[in-house]
Amino acid sequence: MKVVYPHMGLMWICIKAMLEYLNVDVIVPPPSSKKTLLLGVKHAPEFACMPLKLNLGNFMEAAELGADTIVMAGGCGPCRFGYYAHVEHAILRDLGYQYELVVLEPPQKHIGDLLDKIKQITGQQSWRRVINGIRFGYHKAEAVDKLERMANYCRPRETTAGATDRALQHALQEIINVAAPEGLPAALQRAVEIMDAIPVDIHRPVLRIGLVGEIYTLLEPFANQDIERKLGSMGVEVDRSIYLSEWVNEHLFLGLAKNTRSSKLVKQKAIKYLRHFVGGHGLETVGSTVFYAEQGYDGVIQLLPFTCMPEIVAQSILPRVSAELGIPAMTLIVDEQSGEAGLVTRLEAFVDLLARRKQTEEALA
Amino acid sequence: MYGYLGIDVGSVSTNMVLTGEDGTIKHSIYLRTQGKPIEMVQQGLKHMQAALPGKLKVIGVGTTGSGRHLAGVITGADIIKNEITTHAIAASNVMPGVQTILEIGGQDSKIIILRNGVVSDFAMNTVCAAGTGSFLDQQAARLNIKIEEFGPLALQATVPVRIAGRCAVFAESDMIHKQQMGYNIPDILAGLCEALVRNYLNNVGKGKEILQPVVFQGGVAANAGMKAAFEKALGHPVHVPSHYDVMGALGAAMLAREATNRKSTGFRGFEVADRDFKAGGFACDGCPNVCEVVEIMESGQVIARWGDRCGRWSNALTQQARIS
Repeated sequence: MKVVYPHMGLMWICIKAMLEYLNVDVIVPPPSSKKTLLLGVKHAPEFACMPLKLNLGNFMEAAELGADTIVMAGGCGPCRFGYYAHVEHAILRDLGYQYELVVLEPPQKHIGDLLDKIKQITGQQSWRRVINGIRFGYHKAEAVDKLERMANYCRPRETTAGATDRALQHALQEIINVAAPEGLPAALQRAVEIMDAIPVDIHRPVLRIGLVGEIYTLLEPFANQDIERKLGSMGVEVDRSIYLSEWVNEHLFLGLAKNTRSSKLVKQKAIKYLRHFVGGHGLETVGSTVFYAEQGYDGVIQLLPFTCMPEIVAQSILPRVSAELGIPAMTLIVDEQSGEAGLVTRLEAFVDLLARRKQTEEALA
Repeated sequence: MYGYLGIDVGSVSTNMVLTGEDGTIKHSIYLRTQGKPIEMVQQGLKHMQAALPGKLKVIGVGTTGSGRHLAGVITGADIIKNEITTHAIAASNVMPGVQTILEIGGQDSKIIILRNGVVSDFAMNTVCAAGTGSFLDQQAARLNIKIEEFGPLALQATVPVRIAGRCAVFAESDMIHKQQMGYNIPDILAGLCEALVRNYLNNVGKGKEILQPVVFQGGVAANAGMKAAFEKALGHPVHVPSHYDVMGALGAAMLAREATNRKSTGFRGFEVADRDFKAGGFACDGCPNVCEVVEIMESGQVIARWGDRCGRWSNALTQQARIS
């Protein structure tokens, strides 16, 4: 059995660590690229959102490397993602791929089923070892998140262009190389030292923007055309409303790990504007916008894949949040387009808007 | 005598403006880009040089528009800025206190909302070009009317005909239908203007608060019929500045003045009009993204590159030409 799972940003680092610790053979698909998207677009239904197309492309590319079993998360709507594993499997079968499918449904509804599925992947491993493996993956996710946060801090303040991105690659490599839980703290230490060594100008004035929206487009740089790096080089410190470890903790551990920013808080913030679960991260998008406004951020950018229903609901609420709390918000919809000029123009104009606004505010204060 | 040069390289037109130290326009040039941005920038520079007194010295250059990076590299610009910012800067200088800018160009249209002199919100048309200058051009050509006559004719209308404005294809078939029913041309043209304005306000202006004073600029602002249609739909006067067609370039010149406040210009002189620039490109084979990398060559030497996601090519150049 050679297991493959779709890409979503740096998630592959954590899952690979977990599965290999449990002696499962893993095939990591090549990073999502235009070729991946092309394959997906060709075979996926036109009206599906971009994540489905990229997943499909990932699986097709992984098949060439010998993968034979798909592991994917499920879900129970209203976001269509919950059904994607099955749709993708059916499309692949029609195309003649011989894939086994293992769908991990959320534990709230199907705890027994989830445990069965885990056993199916991990075979005769003891539960104790399985738990250690999951914990190992989770700690890697925390490490990766920490490094990404450090990069987001350094990028707008770096004194040599590109220094942060180079350091981040080295630092991530330290985390990737660790094969056993015992080695992780020391590796993280080394990685943090690499990031700390980036020469930065801590007095440089920067703008702060919160990124909110749909999880896949937030986490996958190929899908959002590297928005964090682009904003960073424009002198913006970026914070994401969703980090991998937080999401894993909320959804897979049911909040068992303590001391993380919880989505419960964010949902409370949304209450004034939206009282319903609308699927996906629609509710979190509204709540996080309120959160960023309260934290004194200069602006918010919402990201969503074209046709994403939960985020469309949130999008229609954001103008009111923005007007009432005085935080500029811009929505960017991503799809197949690979031309960057349109995105860069909008980002530049938005950053200019925030910078001028801040200048005037400071002049008045 | 000193001056600032602003260059706006758009999809349809390439505009240049030279302002004096006080920001007044000394000379402006409007050229059709015709898909040849490098040539047009060079041609514009030649025209500009010929029109100016020999002792004038350019002490700042700014570029804007979708070809801003290209123009910036060629001229050695001090500032390369997106068109939303430059349009807003120009309008608020021409009309202090402006709160809404309606801008319709050849291929795109945008709305910019200003409050207290600062851009507070903006939107651009996304995919549909139904409400832009190219469509008006096309319809005028179909009716065999010079685009300059379009506006005055539309103003003669007594009963503007209702035309579907949501999509250029629907609008065209609707127009043909009405024309075959015997409606006269002025009424159809006025109807088309009203349809475009409706489409613009719904699609680009979507829910934004349009407060006075309103400035209407971009190439389409030349069309008096469009101005009248906006005034009718908004219920208050719409102001078209005298240099409505070069506002982006004007804003770029103004920003160049700001950018060269405490430093000398990077302007490479009008001589660049005679140098040999070539844009080339290749597909990078470093990874499956196969990025289409663009290279700008001057006399056989690469002076700028962009288009690569990872920075492998654009960062390899030691020169300053970093793309903002």
